[in-house]
Amino acid sequence: MGNKQTTFTDEQLEAFQDCTFFTRKEILRLHSRYRELAPHLVPLDYTNNPDIRVPLALIVTMPELKENPFRDRIVETFSEDGQGNLSFNDFVDMFSALCETSPRELKTIYAFKIYDFNRDNFICKDDLQQTLTLLTKGELTEDEVLLVCDKALEEADLDGDSKLSFSDFQNMISKAPDFLSNFHIRI
Amino acid sequence: MPRDSLITSEDDIDVGLDLAGEDEVFSSNEGHERERHRGKRRDGDGEKKKRKKRRRKGAHRAEEGEDEVQTRHERREREKRRRAKNDQEAKGRERDEEERVQTTSGKVAKTKKNIRNENTRRRVEEEEVEVEERLEKRKKKHGSAKKEEKKEDEGKQMVKEKEREVKKKKHKKVVETSSEQETSEEEDDKEEDSKDEEMRPECLTPEELEKLKEAVDERKKLIQSLRGKPWPMKKKLVTLRESQEFVEKYEGALGKGKGRKLYAYKVMMTKKWMKFQRDFENFKTACIPWEMKIKEIESHFGSSVASYFIFLRWMYGINMILFGLTFGLVMVPEALMGRPYGSMPRKTVPRSEETSAMDFAVLWDFGGYAQYSVLFYGFYNNQRAIGWLKFRMPLSYFLVGVGTVAYSYMVVIRTMARNANESGVGDDNSFNFSWKMFTSWDYLIGNPETADNKFASITTSFKEAILEEQESHKDDNIHLTRFLRVLANFLVLCCLAGSGYLIYFVVRRSQKFALDGLENHTWWERNEVNMVMSLLGMFCPMLFDVISTLENYHPRVALQWQLGRIFALFLGNLYTFIIALMDEINLKREEEKIVKFNITTWEASLYNGTISENSTAPSITINPADVPRGPCWETMVGQEFVRLIISDTMTTYITLLIGDFLRAVLVRFLNYCWCWDLEAGFPSYSEFDVSGNVLGLIFNQGMIWMGAFYAPCLPALNVLRLHVSMYLQCWAVMCCNVPQERVFKASGSNNFYMAMLLVILFLSTLPAIYTIVTIPPSFDCGPFSGKNRMFDVIHETLESDFPAWFSKVFSYASNPGLVLPFILLMVLAIYYLQSTSKSYRQANVELKKKLQTQNEENKKKNKRAALKAQMDLEEARKAASQAAEEQKNNNASLQGQEADEEENYVSSHRLYHGKNGRNPPPMNGDRQLLASRAPGPRTYHHGNHGASGYLPGFSEPRMCRVPSLQRH
Repeated sequence: MGNKQTTFTDEQLEAFQDCTFFTRKEILRLHSRYRELAPHLVPLDYTNNPDIRVPLALIVTMPELKENPFRDRIVETFSEDGQGNLSFNDFVDMFSALCETSPRELKTIYAFKIYDFNRDNFICKDDLQQTLTLLTKGELTEDEVLLVCDKALEEADLDGDSKLSFSDFQNMISKAPDFLSNFHIRI
Repeated sequence: MPRDSLITSEDDIDVGLDLAGEDEVFSSNEGHERERHRGKRRDGDGEKKKRKKRRRKGAHRAEEGEDEVQTRHERREREKRRRAKNDQEAKGRERDEEERVQTTSGKVAKTKKNIRNENTRRRVEEEEVEVEERLEKRKKKHGSAKKEEKKEDEGKQMVKEKEREVKKKKHKKVVETSSEQETSEEEDDKEEDSKDEEMRPECLTPEELEKLKEAVDERKKLIQSLRGKPWPMKKKLVTLRESQEFVEKYEGALGKGKGRKLYAYKVMMTKKWMKFQRDFENFKTACIPWEMKIKEIESHFGSSVASYFIFLRWMYGINMILFGLTFGLVMVPEALMGRPYGSMPRKTVPRSEETSAMDFAVLWDFGGYAQYSVLFYGFYNNQRAIGWLKFRMPLSYFLVGVGTVAYSYMVVIRTMARNANESGVGDDNSFNFSWKMFTSWDYLIGNPETADNKFASITTSFKEAILEEQESHKDDNIHLTRFLRVLANFLVLCCLAGSGYLIYFVVRRSQKFALDGLENHTWWERNEVNMVMSLLGMFCPMLFDVISTLENYHPRVALQWQLGRIFALFLGNLYTFIIALMDEINLKREEEKIVKFNITTWEASLYNGTISENSTAPSITINPADVPRGPCWETMVGQEFVRLIISDTMTTYITLLIGDFLRAVLVRFLNYCWCWDLEAGFPSYSEFDVSGNVLGLIFNQGMIWMGAFYAPCLPALNVLRLHVSMYLQCWAVMCCNVPQERVFKASGSNNFYMAMLLVILFLSTLPAIYTIVTIPPSFDCGPFSGKNRMFDVIHETLESDFPAWFSKVFSYASNPGLVLPFILLMVLAIYYLQSTSKSYRQANVELKKKLQTQNEENKKKNKRAALKAQMDLEEARKAASQAAEEQKNNNASLQGQEADEEENYVSSHRLYHGKNGRNPPPMNGDRQLLASRAPGPRTYHHGNHGASGYLPGFSEPRMCRVPSLQRH
C-alpha cells in the first residue's frame, strides 16, 4: 500500500458493507464520485468521519441524476436534514437503496417518500399532480392532468380517503412489472 | 447508544412514516433494550461478590472523567455535542408536536362543542393523555441519560414489565449504561469486562443463558438485515456498532463447560466464513466484465437497450462454461494424451488432399488440417483409456455432450424461474394509470436526448391512455383492417414458405456440387447455403416490417407479431437446413457402406500382395495418409455447423458496419451538401433493434447446442464471437445509433426471450439427440467408432469399469418394469403440481375479487361516514339555531343564514356526487355507477326536508345499504 493514502479504515469499510449492498470497491468508487462533486469540500481522508455535507445543487449535477425529473426529491429524501444536503453517509445510503440488489420492499419505501412531495406521509392529489407535471414536462393540459390523477387515485386508493397511504402504494407497486427494473440507478 | 437509537426510532414513528416495518423495528429495538437491561442486571448479579471491584471501577471512571487524555476528551466532546444536538432536536419536535396536538384538540373541541359528541372528545382526550404520557416518558429518558436517580426509576419500571424475573437485586445500579454510551470508556472497560465474563457463566441459570443467547441471535439477525432497513445511514452505523459490541461482549458468556469451547470455536468459524464469503462476493462482482460499458449504454439508451447487452453478457457466461467443459475434458486430454497427429488414418490428412490442406481457402472452410484436428469429432480415437491417467476418452466425450445440454437446460429454467419470481404479477390491468405514473420513468437514463424521448413517450402514452379511457372502441373501418391483416399474414406465410423452399433447393444443389467435387466450383457455389441463410435472415425481417405496416396494430402488439414471425422464419430455416443435412447424412452412410466393402477388398489385396512379395508379412507399414477411409458424416455435420456460425457472424458484423456505421457516416457528412435534412428526414440514423438482435443471439445459441456434439470447437468459437460482438456492438451503438423514439418495456419481455431460448434449446437438442440415438456412428472415425450406437459407451463402462453388482443393479433399474412406473409417477407428480397451482391461482383470483369488493365497501363506508358527519353538522347547526331562536327570537336574520348554509351544503353535495358519477371505478361499470349514485339524491332529500328530529340520521344508512345489497 505504501504511499497510497487510505480513505477509509478497514473497519469503516466493513461497516459500510454491512449497512449497504455495496462491495468494498464500489464504496471506494462512491467516495471518489462524492469527492468529484466538491473537491475543495470533501477530504480524501475519511478515517475520522468528518461531518461534511454537499449541497443539493452540486449533487444533482451528477450524470446519474442530471436528467431525472425527480432528482431534487430523491436527494431531499435521502438527506438527513431534509434540505438536500448530503453527507457521505447519506450519499452511500441513497445509492444503496437505489442499486440493483436492494429488495423491492426497501425500494418501495423510498419511492413512496420520493413521490410524497409535501411529506405528509400520504400521496395526495397535489403530489400526484406534481409527479405528473414533472414526468411529462407539463405537456398535458390541466384537464388531462386532473383526469389522470383522479384515475390513478381511483385505481390505487383502497381505503377510499382519496389519497394514497403507504399500504395503498405498496399494494399498487408490488404488482408493477417495471418498478424494479426502472427504479434503480447504477453507479 | 441504546437510548439514542430508541429515541430516534420513536421520533421516526412520530415524524417519519408510519410504517409497519418501522413499528416492528421499534418494537424489536425496545426488545433489545429490555434484553440489554436484563443482561446488565445479570451483570450486576454476577458481580455480587465483586462490589469492591465495581467500586474501584467506578472510582476509576470518575477519575477518568476528571482528567482524560487529550484525544479521548475530544472524542467525548464531540459525542456530547452530538447528543446535545439530538436532544435539542427531539425537544423541538416534542414542542412542535405538543403545539400541534393542542391546536388540533382545540379545533376539535371548537367544532364539537355544540354537537355533544362525547365519543370523539373522549377519544381526543385519550389521545392527549397518550401523547402526554409519551412525552413524559421521553423526558424521563432524556433525564435518565444524565441522572442516576431517574435511571433507578426506569430500572424499576423495567422490573415491573418483566415480573417473571423474580430475583431481587438491590445493587442494581445500571452503571454500565452511561459507560456504554461512550465508546471510549467502553474500550477501557473491555479488559475488565472480559475478566468479568470469565466469572459470569457460572452464575447464570440456564434459562437466563437461553435468553441471552436469544438476544445475541437477535442482534446477529439485526446485523444481517441491517442493509435492508429504511433508516438513515448514521443510524444504521450506530446500530451496527452497538449490536456488534453486544454480540462481541456476550457471545463469550454463552455455552457452558465443555460446550463453551465448542461454541467459541463455532463462533470463530462463522466469523471467518462470513469474512470469506464477503471477500468472495467482492471478488465475484469484480469479475463481472463490462459493467461500466453497460452502464454507459444504460444511461444513453435506457434499460431496454441495456437489457440486450446484459443478455449478451449472460450468454457469454454460459458459453464460457460450456467451453470450459469441452475444452478441459475433451479437447485438451485428446491433444495431450491421445495419439499424435499422423499416427493413424483418422488423424491424418488423406493423400489426395495433402497438397491443398494448408491453403487458406480450405482452412477457412474448416477443411484440410482443421478438419483433421481436435476441433472435430472425427479426430478422436476410440481407445478406451488414454495416457498415463487412463483417461476414459469416449466416455468423457459422451458425458460432456450430455452435460452441455443438461447444464443449459438447468441454467435457462432456473433463470426463468427467478425472473418469474422477481417480476411482479402484472397480469391485470387495474393499475394502468398509477403504474404509468410511478414506474414509467427509467431512473437509469442520463442522456438528455434519451430523456427528451422518454418524456415525449411518457406523454404520448398518457394521452393514449386517456383517449382509450374516453372512447374505448372507435374503429373506422373494421372490414378494411381485417382484410389487410389477413393479407399481411398471407404475405408473411408466402415469405416463410419461399424462404424454406429456397434453402432446401440450395442445400440440394450444394450436395450435387459436393458430389462433383468442390474444386470445380466458384466460391459462391461452395458457400451458397450459408450465404443464402444469412441473407434470408437479414432481409426477411425487413420485409416483415414493411408488411406489418399494413396491419395497423398497436406498436406493442406489432412488436410481438414481428418477433413471432422472425422466430418462425429462423426456425423454419434451421429445420429445413437440418432436414437437408439428414438427407446428406443418409447419402454419406450409403457411401460409407461402399467404402467399407472396398476397404475389405483393399486390405485383402494388400495382404495378398505383401505376402506374395515378402514372406515376413506383418511388419509392412503403410503411411496412414494412404489408407482409404469412410466419409465420416459426423465431421461433416460439425463442419456444416461451424461454417454456418462463421458466415452468420460475418453477416452480422458486415450488416453492422454497413447498415449502421456507413449509414451514420453518410448521413453525417453528406448532410452538409444535400437538399434535405438527412439527419431528421428519410435515412436518418438507425435505432438499435433490440428484439432482432436478441433473436439473432438466441438462434446462434441454438446452432451451438445443435452442433456442439459433433464439433467440440463450437463453444470456443462462440465465446470468441460473443466477445467480439460485445465490443463491436457497444461501440456501434454508442457511435452510430440514436435512442429509440418509442421506448419499450424491457422487463416484460425478459422472460419472453428466456422462453424463446428454452424453446430453441429444446428444438435444437431434439435433432442432436435423434442422431445420437438412431444413427450408428461411422466405423473409422470418432470416439465411438466400432460401436453399434454411441450410447453403448455407457454399457461398456459399466461392464468393465464398475463391479459386477453395479452393472446388475443398473440393468435392473433400467428395465422397463421399473422405468415405466417411474415415468408414471413423474407424470402424476406433474399433474398434481399443476392442479395445485391451478387451485392456488383460483384462490388468488377469489381473493382479488374479495379485495375489490372490500375496497368498494370501504369507499362506500367512507362516503357514508362523510355524509353522516355532514348530517350531524347540519343537525347541530339546526339545534343551535333553534336554541338561538328561542333565546333571542331573532327569526329573520337566522333563517337567511340557514338558507345560505343549506345552499352551500347542497352545492357541495352535488359536487361530490358529480365527481363520483363522472369517474366510475373501472371494474364494476354501470352497476357500480348506479350503486354509488343511488343514495346521493335520497340522502340529500332527507337532509333537506326531514330536518327535524333524528330520523335522517337513522334512516340514512339503511337507505344507503339498499343498493349495495342489491348489488350482491
